[in-house]
Amino acid sequence: MISLKINGLNVSVEEGTTLLEAARFLGFPVPTLCHTDGLTPYGACRLCVVEIRQGSKSRLVTSCTYPAEEGLIVRTASERVVKARKIIIELLLASCPQSKTIQDLASAHNVRRQRFRQEYEDCILCGLCVRYCEEQMMAKAIGFRGRGENRSIGTPFDVPSDVCRLCGGCMYVCPACQLRCTYTEPEKAVCGGCANLSPPCIEKEKFDDMMCYMDPCVACEIKKD
Amino acid sequence: MKRENIIDIVDKNYRNNGGIISILEDIQKQYSYLPAEALKIVAEKTNRSLVDIYGVATFYRAFSLKPRGKHLISVCLGTACHVRGGPVVAEEFEKQLNIKAGSTTPDREFTLETVNCLGACALGPITVVDGRYFSNVNRVKVSKIIEKARYGLDKVEIGTDQRIFPVEVSCPRCNHSLMDKSFDIDGHPSIRVTISFGDTHGWLRLSSLYGSYSIEQEYKIPLDTVLNIFCPHCHADLTGASLCPECAAPMVTMIVQGGGVVQICSRRGCKEHMLDLM
Repeated sequence: MISLKINGLNVSVEEGTTLLEAARFLGFPVPTLCHTDGLTPYGACRLCVVEIRQGSKSRLVTSCTYPAEEGLIVRTASERVVKARKIIIELLLASCPQSKTIQDLASAHNVRRQRFRQEYEDCILCGLCVRYCEEQMMAKAIGFRGRGENRSIGTPFDVPSDVCRLCGGCMYVCPACQLRCTYTEPEKAVCGGCANLSPPCIEKEKFDDMMCYMDPCVACEIKKD
Repeated sequence: MKRENIIDIVDKNYRNNGGIISILEDIQKQYSYLPAEALKIVAEKTNRSLVDIYGVATFYRAFSLKPRGKHLISVCLGTACHVRGGPVVAEEFEKQLNIKAGSTTPDREFTLETVNCLGACALGPITVVDGRYFSNVNRVKVSKIIEKARYGLDKVEIGTDQRIFPVEVSCPRCNHSLMDKSFDIDGHPSIRVTISFGDTHGWLRLSSLYGSYSIEQEYKIPLDTVLNIFCPHCHADLTGASLCPECAAPMVTMIVQGGGVVQICSRRGCKEHMLDLM
């Protein structure tokens, strides 16, 4: 067992536990986007940053990938952490403003403005769908392509993949298109913006027979009109 | 594209779950780009998913998924080249070749691309054509560079080029001359040796001009084959004194008449050679 201190509370956890798991075990909320139980940690969204003490200095680390260390002092909501998180949320808002998940995060963290150049992407490159496809479905139908600002997620050569079983899991875990997924629960999707969007991932012909967990399906409803 | 060929390349480079980049490099070297079919074969043979291979192929700028032209022109637009007029040079290339950067001319002669830094900032603006660096390029030089590339940068003007001169060689073992006066290459008597690779035995005649790579062969030798080279008189193996610093194939040693040793690489396609004159 490893004992460490999170926000002033002593806690003992098993070796290999990440700071995120330890903090959540104690009930401290740590927001995440690219983390889901059952998938390997990836550290892409950086929302789960916490402050750890190293000697006389402190450092921001992603709690989802940082393993618990003996005697570590962790703060999950220090001024520095909150400030960093707010900037990250602003950046996410700048790229994917239509995501309900990100809007909710912004609201919860009292982010009221976005000072970067506004873009309208439908992907934050968190890699959840890639990991879901690989680790849960054992399919590896989608992956990262390209580099830098041309990085994108999709199938090789943008053609329907032979190994894709159309499970729809990639859309299910996606934080950027969750807005569309909560369309049928109005209390969760108050803005109603999704009704005006045709989901880019469903719209394409190749996903016509995608198993759909949305009832009724937004894309199908739009097509009917 | 031949399936067996790709499989050969995979077998040659794939070791301990590694070597994907070497495989892709070899494929690109042969086909000038990475055909989709080839990537599928690589994925299948290495037991990886196509996504992984495709991810690597799209990550590196050096790999191209579209067919490239015979000549690759890279115009540097790094910071130093940029302030010295790199964009003007790139624009001029685009105008003269009538293509946009990143594309290939319809006749598949030239591919134009821009790169971010070639590491030779002091010589900027830099343009690299088929591995040759052109320094301080300006708008006027562009058409000359295109002409040179079209002619072939490896071709040398025999007779006018100071770096080209004939050598006469002999076997280091029996000291017989290897020169064949009855067979001229590049207007000079050729060097005759016997070769073998696999089950094939035959003759090979090399140009005796130092710096010329012209050869005549009895049987077609596939690229990358490492040859066994023998003296046609005493049948001594001429290879093995040292290894090629470029590709690690054995070097072939021959005595230069008048004093000295010349060594050439025994790998077909490798141009490594050394000349030591006394």
